[in-house]
Amino acid sequence: MEYIKNYAKTRLTYRADFWVEILSDLLSQGMNLIIILIMFQHTPSLGGWSEAEVVFVYGFFMVPYGIFSTFFGIWNFSERYIVKGEMDRVLTRPAHSLFQVLLENVDPPSLAGSIVGIGIMAVSWPQLGLSFHALDIVMLIIFILGAVLIYAGLYTALSAISFYSDAPTGIVPLMYNIQNYGRYPVNIYNKIIRFVLTWLLPFAFVGVIPASYFLEKKTDDLSQLALMTPVMGIIVFGLGLLLWNHGVKKYRGAGS
Amino acid sequence: MRSAYIDFIRMRFLTMLAYRVNYYSGIVIYAINIGAYYFLWSAIYGDQDTLAGFSLAQMTTYIAVSWMARAFYFNNLDREIANEIRDGSVAIQFIRPYNYLLVKMMQGFGEGLFRLLLFMVPGLVIVCLLFPVSLPEDPQIWAIYLVMLFLSFLINSQINILTGLFAFYVENNEGMMRMKRTMVDLFSGVAVPIAFFPGWLEGIMQWLPFQAITYLPSSVFTGRTPQSEVLGLVLLQAVWIIILIVPIILIWRSARKRLFVQGG
Repeated sequence: MEYIKNYAKTRLTYRADFWVEILSDLLSQGMNLIIILIMFQHTPSLGGWSEAEVVFVYGFFMVPYGIFSTFFGIWNFSERYIVKGEMDRVLTRPAHSLFQVLLENVDPPSLAGSIVGIGIMAVSWPQLGLSFHALDIVMLIIFILGAVLIYAGLYTALSAISFYSDAPTGIVPLMYNIQNYGRYPVNIYNKIIRFVLTWLLPFAFVGVIPASYFLEKKTDDLSQLALMTPVMGIIVFGLGLLLWNHGVKKYRGAGS
Repeated sequence: MRSAYIDFIRMRFLTMLAYRVNYYSGIVIYAINIGAYYFLWSAIYGDQDTLAGFSLAQMTTYIAVSWMARAFYFNNLDREIANEIRDGSVAIQFIRPYNYLLVKMMQGFGEGLFRLLLFMVPGLVIVCLLFPVSLPEDPQIWAIYLVMLFLSFLINSQINILTGLFAFYVENNEGMMRMKRTMVDLFSGVAVPIAFFPGWLEGIMQWLPFQAITYLPSSVFTGRTPQSEVLGLVLLQAVWIIILIVPIILIWRSARKRLFVQGG
């Protein structure tokens, strides 16, 4: 709690920065939406998905992504914590190391993306003529949490790699670009990519698969997999946490 | 004095060479991005043969060459200049015997040379192996494309310099730079060829320099532009280069005055 209060204090002294950051973040995400809209001017469907459906999936994608970006700003983990030795400071404190690092890097402006995502879904919902049940809200929350856990697990694991080796830092941007594939209907990719996105780097579960639960069923009915989302989330996060904890132990053991 | 400027090119090239490992992952990242767009466009084309004057083969080539061109013309001159202004080191540059802006341009060349040889060329080779890219067979087109590529590098660098110089007036133009990057990517046609833009937007783009960065050269490369129009496009690029020099000089002059008045 203290972390967030301190963060809020420093941030509000740079209020203009705050809004500019939100604006530029939304603009970047908006650009991708614009591209989708432009593409649909020239075709009625994308691999069997209509414009409203793809926009809905995009809106859904933005929600866990925004939440993830808010709480997981650990982009330069290796540089800041290992090379500069900040990790040692973290380890002297009684709280769990991962959560300390996360809390030190909270980035509230990213939540704006989640809010916009919810807005997009709210607008698309009636457009698609979908019926709305109270259960849907519960499912949405479960899926969103599951998706956030998937992101969390993967990036925790990636950051944890720096406990084991000085591997090149280019892996994080790489993952970041791969995750964008989850925004679009996964059946437009070839079989290998689809497999990787579903079971190895399960980014299909942060966007298109859970979103398909709410939409009309397609021929290759992705929505059957949708219920797996929270399961995938727990598994991936569990693995990531394991990798992290093991790495910290190793880090503690070396030097001191 | 000329040899001093050439030195800047060499120094920047060597600096980047030392960090070339970072760019290997860059090649993979660009290939992944190209892949995403390739699949998207394939799905969009579906059964259609051509859209907005591009066949699917041309579209694939367009995406590949556009991203690889970006690998070449992209640079961080905007960030560099903004940082140098913010930490004050730009003041020293006024005392030195060479022109600061020319120096930045030379550094840009050095970076561009590195990017061309170690990023764009290997990247293009890899992408051609992965995706059905159809390279032009006419050597004339290659020659003209290389000229256009160089010109687009100049235009992009000019826009970067202009954006960086705004740090003289705006406290923290980090957000502005990020927005500029997004805008340049969208409006230069890297993601979507400008021919696909809705009519009114396409009209606006005709009057902006962004299309000269990616869309025009890539159109020539894919063969979509008829031979008769090609030289006209090269001329258009040249015109933009000349036009962009004006605001750069204006801002630079006014910023100098400002700096002298404040610093004394």
